[in-house]
Amino acid sequence: MERYSALSLLRGAFNGQKHWQPAWRDPEPKSHYDIIVIGGGGHGLATAYYLAKVHGLKNIAVLEKGYIGGGNTGRNTTIVRSNYRQAPLHNLFEFGLKMWEHLSDELNYNVMFSPRGSLTLGHSDADMTMLAQKGDAMRCDGIDAELMTRDQVTKFEPLLDMSRSARFPIEGAMIQRRGGTARHDAVAWGYARGADTLGVDIIQKCEVTGFVRDGDAVVGVETTRGRIGAGRVGICVAGHSGHVAGLAGLKLPIESQTLQAMVTEGVKPMLNSVIQTQSLHCYISQSDKGGIVFGGDPDNWPSYAQRGDPMIMERAIAQGLALVPALSRLRMVRTWSGVTDMSFDGSPIIGETPVQNLYLNGGWCYGGFKATPASGFTYAHTLATGKPHALNAPFSLDRFASGATIDENGSGPLPNSR
Amino acid sequence: MQITCPHCGPRAQAEFVYERTVDSVVPLDATPEEAMKTLFTRNNPRGVDEEIWRHTFGCRAWMVITRHRVTNEITAIRAVGPEAIP
Repeated sequence: MERYSALSLLRGAFNGQKHWQPAWRDPEPKSHYDIIVIGGGGHGLATAYYLAKVHGLKNIAVLEKGYIGGGNTGRNTTIVRSNYRQAPLHNLFEFGLKMWEHLSDELNYNVMFSPRGSLTLGHSDADMTMLAQKGDAMRCDGIDAELMTRDQVTKFEPLLDMSRSARFPIEGAMIQRRGGTARHDAVAWGYARGADTLGVDIIQKCEVTGFVRDGDAVVGVETTRGRIGAGRVGICVAGHSGHVAGLAGLKLPIESQTLQAMVTEGVKPMLNSVIQTQSLHCYISQSDKGGIVFGGDPDNWPSYAQRGDPMIMERAIAQGLALVPALSRLRMVRTWSGVTDMSFDGSPIIGETPVQNLYLNGGWCYGGFKATPASGFTYAHTLATGKPHALNAPFSLDRFASGATIDENGSGPLPNSR
Repeated sequence: MQITCPHCGPRAQAEFVYERTVDSVVPLDATPEEAMKTLFTRNNPRGVDEEIWRHTFGCRAWMVITRHRVTNEITAIRAVGPEAIP
């Protein structure tokens, strides 16, 4: 695979740009792979890339039922951050954030990572206490977090409604300056190109319809393109983990819900950072193209419909407009929704399953995009060695039975209470 | 989505709150293992499941709704008494 560079662009300028090649192959599935990753989203492609890159494995396939990056990788709000209070979470996401900082170089593909700052607003004394606690916990593990006073917030994000009569008065904020956004499609395409170059077969339009069993062990998958044998199989289909695991007879602590997001027409740069708040559930950021991207709560009931309730959209927008009134005249151009794996403690599930040779990476709730590199790297370790990576060990499936749940929100055992 | 409450008739989904599936109500005499499985695992089908909903912003009554999770088609709604509430 030819490296992308300014020089190759320049050379192309003189020969009619005829040097462009497809970024990945379209291979026919082989009869057997050492490792099959089910799901060609960012996480699955990253997993395959690190299996080949870090573990030197050659015989790997990624099976994707549609086209790569066409699920939740293309349906999120592209926010990257590691501002979590609990150590297992912020350690995993921070590992990922450090990878994001070099990902474009690593993949020779511009993922447009833009560390513009992740600003979490506080609306009360209690909010500021919670933010200070969270920031302290992060700093104890060497992750950047700064508390901001009201005046600092005013200077940093001037379009916020800082008046005392605001619907949600702003007392201050916590900022993680290294947080930001990235280009979602480029992440999938960059990992796909990288994995393909290292010999991974990326097989699209290939839906897994069942598992081939030998006794208790999984030894392959049935697909719409025939039976494919496998040494180990990794499920990486967040949103549909319950469905795919169900094909192997597993019941997971996951319920699928709809998560909606939306974007306005493009405008000149007006927001400097990714704005979130401690009390509300609303994410606002401006894409590089200029559109204001909104995200909010999931629809709190199970659905695979990939379309949601307008009431939830209205709530997210109402919160956004209260925070940044200047947005009120913008026209919304597009809304979309993804199917999220809502796990029962709000944290992902990565590791082995009760079925031999079958591994699971799912339960990312509404926060999987930022973890893409870390999820792929640690899951690749698990799939290659059969053992947990130090960073994904706390996220094992058996934590619900042992009581070692990782409940960042402290909101109890039901996914619809998140 | 519109849900026909057994007591109030057709109402907007916004008035209703989802609780959990029928098969995940933990019986009071369950062993810890059974309770864990019932509370923490779901079939989560890409198809029909039986769900407990509540008309929270209406008559507040509980009901069981049989609903397809891709098409949102509701095939049955029945009122339930206190015995279905965990």
